[in-house]
Amino acid sequence: MSDDETNDGQRFDRLPATDAERTVEGRATRAEVVDYFTDRFGIPPETFDDYTFWEKGAGKIWIYSGDAPTPIEIEAIGMTCLRTRQEHWKPTTDFVQRVGREASDCVIKLDREQAQRFATGEDQDLEWDGDWGYLIAAHEVAGELEPIGIGLYVHGELRSMVPKGRQRDLES
Amino acid sequence: MEPFERYRSIIDDFDAFLAACKRPLGNAVRINTIKTTVERTLTALDEEGVDYEQADWNPRVLTLETDSPGSTWASFHGFTHGQEEVSAVPAVVLDPQPGERIWDSCAAPGSKATQLAALMDDRGTVVANDNNLGRISALRFNAERLGATSLAVTNEDARNYSLNRFDFDAFDRTLVDAPCSCEGTIRKNPDALDNWSEGHLSSVAGIQKGIIRRAIQATREGGTVVYSTCTFAPEENEAVVQHALETESCRVVDFDLGLEHSSGLTEWDGETYDSSLEKAARIYPHQNDTGGFFVAKLEVTA
Repeated sequence: MSDDETNDGQRFDRLPATDAERTVEGRATRAEVVDYFTDRFGIPPETFDDYTFWEKGAGKIWIYSGDAPTPIEIEAIGMTCLRTRQEHWKPTTDFVQRVGREASDCVIKLDREQAQRFATGEDQDLEWDGDWGYLIAAHEVAGELEPIGIGLYVHGELRSMVPKGRQRDLES
Repeated sequence: MEPFERYRSIIDDFDAFLAACKRPLGNAVRINTIKTTVERTLTALDEEGVDYEQADWNPRVLTLETDSPGSTWASFHGFTHGQEEVSAVPAVVLDPQPGERIWDSCAAPGSKATQLAALMDDRGTVVANDNNLGRISALRFNAERLGATSLAVTNEDARNYSLNRFDFDAFDRTLVDAPCSCEGTIRKNPDALDNWSEGHLSSVAGIQKGIIRRAIQATREGGTVVYSTCTFAPEENEAVVQHALETESCRVVDFDLGLEHSSGLTEWDGETYDSSLEKAARIYPHQNDTGGFFVAKLEVTA
């Protein structure tokens, strides 16, 4: 385990399991990350049993299924999944596409036209009865709901959080 | 196409080969089973009205009837990834298993590394290395879009790669999809031969020999190394494997390949190679209407 007491932006550190094992100020714990996905989106905690979580840079959390010692200096480890160290944690679009099918809460279902607008990065006015904040936007593909990405729902508007490089004009 | 004249004596039906090299290539994609199944991808494409043809040898490889294979919902969801049909061969030949430690020594932009992860059900460790930091951003983008959680990305020269940063000291399997003169990509890149010279072949071959040797050293006894290029030049193919046979503990082994292909060469330009090089595969564009490719499978013996 690292004896550094600060976050080091040049390397990946595995998240401590719980508060009791935390040595770096402000670092999320594995328990907090799993709880967040479970509490917010209803993703079963066992979904993450075979994964480790890592932090590089302030608040950017990565999810990884392979072997690695901590800390490790490397270009990337698994995929980015969550932005912490801010009031409202924010999952990434790619991670939501990867595990969002497991979610049961805070999933907003879009019709064909709404889904197209979301994928281009457009904001749109939509009805939503649930919590405000970050939602998983999904639409039906081959008879099942398929997550598209993360949206921010506030004041009757769904704001697409699909990053510029992932936005596509999908006419069909 | 002038440089290809040197291959007239080794390629059957050379005129058909040249004619194929002049035809543009279709839009091939690989189905990414990290995110979904083959069946669901086909249904998604049907729903979008995108026609496709499934490769006989690999149900995960499709040719799409669209000019923009990157602008489909299937692509947006990471169900499909643009990847030439022959480029999907080496990962299949390497045959990685869930839970294993795999090294993709020249991994950017990540098509084969993510395919390795998919073949392992995204379980295990795929160390995706590339010496070019600029190309690593493309690798990372693709890995995230395709949802590969088993990739560890490093930026080193494969020829003197160190495993010190990891807590294991050998890989189970290694892919060397080597940087090469890219003759076999002529159908995708019509200017692929613009800077062709025998001097270039020989300098690239020097790098390839360094990488294949390190790959064998970094792989455990009994493990597998697959060496591949997208070029025809024997100097970059059989001669590189011959060098590995002469300098490292390994042997060339057989593998099944459901694509039409020719055997590896045992002689070229006055040089002779070990008879086991016949077990390597040369895939020419006219044989399956694809790009060109070379692949050899090695077993590490010490």
